[in-house]
Amino acid sequence: MTVVTLLYALLFYAATAILTIGVVRRVVIYARSPAPLRIVTMPAPLTYTGVVLRMVREVVFFESLFKSTKWTWLFGWLFHMCLALVLMRHIRYFQEPVWLGVQIIQPLGKYAAFGMIAGLLALAVRRVCVERVRYITAPSDRAMLLLLLAIAISGASMTFLMHTDIVAVKSFFLGLMYFEWRPLPADPLLLLHLTLVATLMIIFPLSKLLHVPGVFFSPTRNQVDDAREKRHVAAWARDPA
Amino acid sequence: MADFDVPVLGDYPICPVPAIKPDAMKGLKPFAVNNPAHNTALGFPGALVDNWEEVAVAKMRELLGKYRSLQVFLDSCVKCGSCTDKCHYFIGTGDPRNMPVARQDLMRQIYRRYFTAAGKYLPKLVDAKDFTREVLDDWYSYYHQCSQCRRCSVYCPFGIDTAEISMAAREIMDAIGLGQKYTNEILGKNIKIGNNLGLPPPAIRNTLDGIEEDVEDDTGVVVRFPLDVKGADVLLVTPSADFFAEPHIDGLIGYGKVFHQAGISWTLSSYASEGANFAMFIGSYSNMKRAAMRIRDAARELGVKRIVVGECGHAWRVAYSFWNTIIGPFDFLDPKYPVPQHICEFTNDLIRRGALNLDKSANDHRVVTFHDSCNVARASRMGQVPGGQYTIPRDIIKASCNRFVDMASGTIHDQTFCCGGGGGLLTDDLMPLRVKGAYPRMQALRQVQEEHGVNYLAAICAICKSQFSKVLPYYKFDRDMIGGVHQLVSTAIQLGTKE
Ligand code: SF4
Ligand code: SF4
Repeated sequence: MTVVTLLYALLFYAATAILTIGVVRRVVIYARSPAPLRIVTMPAPLTYTGVVLRMVREVVFFESLFKSTKWTWLFGWLFHMCLALVLMRHIRYFQEPVWLGVQIIQPLGKYAAFGMIAGLLALAVRRVCVERVRYITAPSDRAMLLLLLAIAISGASMTFLMHTDIVAVKSFFLGLMYFEWRPLPADPLLLLHLTLVATLMIIFPLSKLLHVPGVFFSPTRNQVDDAREKRHVAAWARDPA
Repeated sequence: MADFDVPVLGDYPICPVPAIKPDAMKGLKPFAVNNPAHNTALGFPGALVDNWEEVAVAKMRELLGKYRSLQVFLDSCVKCGSCTDKCHYFIGTGDPRNMPVARQDLMRQIYRRYFTAAGKYLPKLVDAKDFTREVLDDWYSYYHQCSQCRRCSVYCPFGIDTAEISMAAREIMDAIGLGQKYTNEILGKNIKIGNNLGLPPPAIRNTLDGIEEDVEDDTGVVVRFPLDVKGADVLLVTPSADFFAEPHIDGLIGYGKVFHQAGISWTLSSYASEGANFAMFIGSYSNMKRAAMRIRDAARELGVKRIVVGECGHAWRVAYSFWNTIIGPFDFLDPKYPVPQHICEFTNDLIRRGALNLDKSANDHRVVTFHDSCNVARASRMGQVPGGQYTIPRDIIKASCNRFVDMASGTIHDQTFCCGGGGGLLTDDLMPLRVKGAYPRMQALRQVQEEHGVNYLAAICAICKSQFSKVLPYYKFDRDMIGGVHQLVSTAIQLGTKE
């Protein structure tokens, strides 16, 4: 077993653990923290089914963003949808045999990388050129965009320019899943891609990427408009008996 | 007439997005509490405590554990910028700190520094800051330049509501003894005496007697404005401004005429003579409950069957969205009616049942438009279907007058612009902010004035009414343009024809 293999095996175990534990911890905090008052943004659904539909529109179509600015919506949506496709395509590196669905989206998933890059570039230009957005941008926001761009470009390069030994890569990751050490090719582009991805996984629970679980817990979006019918007294707000 | 720049209205319904002018409003702060009693009455330290940084951070920790909204909102913002051009205070002032996300960031900087790993170890990278006096001063300025109108939350992909952040910020500032004079003083009166103005029962009775005389002089019909009548069907809770301020009082007259013609017995309460509940503005759950509890107690004491709330935006939010939770259950009231009921729901039901005789032509001298008040539009509902808060007041207006036009889409319904004076900012020490914040609404109004000759701006909020009568002249409108929906009903209703 090479040093590279060992290093990356450990890196990915660590990254996976940090990502999982970090996000689960956050989700538990969100789920446990009380919502003592109905503060849903109106007009709002009157039923739980309505809330699920509202959430679907928000998460899949970015409804609120669409209402706001069409350009940001376009670039943001393009990026996220392409990212989703690319992620789904990557499932093939973690299973044998590969699900039919994953096989079907394979060609689409490959080219989605370009959509991702285009979306990210447009968002980056906006972040630099629109005065208001520049004002609210912290160094970490720029760094996040660069990180995602680097991941997308390094990944797309391996798909379209300099192929890596993808069979060996897959064998490495399948091995990780069964706690068997199998060699990882020491291809610089691959190693760069993997390092960046692991970095993203590690900072996920420490950064604004928490918007992913956060959106589902947002009280202004996930509450039913039922305040007149139901009481919602939080434990801390109960009168001492 | 102003010693500050008043925005200039143009030929478009929606204001252009301004270029940013950093620190343009940094210096504007409302007066802080200077009489310690105004803080201590609400359970806050009388003046700024010495170890305020420590107390503030501890309070923030407490709030993060109590409110999911705060925790999720502080974590989830991606700085997408979607909200940046949505706040009327930013549009009117250009101060980038008045962009909703930048306003939130004043708290997020502290949250990151004291509560997140990234902010502890890499503060520069994530824009985390120590809670210095300078930051606190910015908090005091900019968290009192938010009217908690929630317009930003409509457009945020995560529903982040800056109103929640500014309420929490004010709660933290109160916890260290840095209270805002206007809100805390008024809230103290409400909790102690029963209304924001500190009117004792005889003064209220006096006012009501005066109103009865005026209505009789005007119409020749005796319309009663009952106070503390046990066994009445309806307890009406209305903002105390309705008792004396112009144009509010004409709305109260309208409610009285509606009750009169419908033949439904009703009463006001001297113990609970206030619909407003300023505790919401400072995020104080306990004080909100104390103030609201007077209403529950009065309803029980008077033995009424239902509670109806008068024209007031944040009062309706508190009543609709919070009452059942904080002072419910209302199992002692008649279950046939929603608790509480908005006066517009009440009047609209009567109109639909044909119980009121309205002569629309009585309002023919008026061309009416309707200003959706933020707290009604984005924080509560009327009627049985989502959006009833938009249709019901308009239905009443259309039943009361012949000429009604809406302002431009994008400035009404859930996208309505704040009047500029909500959220505890209706104080003279914030006049420049109030005038500039009204700019988007004034712009939309100017358009319908020019195109349709609108001369009546109807609103169902005591704060909107006071604010508009003050700021309309700055934009060269007639200050008497503003009035209530029930003022239109009052004009149209034909007393003596149905009862
Ligand atoms: S709640 Fe209203 S006033 Fe406050 S930041 Fe949002 S848009 Fe501006
Ligand atoms: S719209 Fe929401 S996520 Fe975007 S910058 Fe504003 S608060 Fe942050």
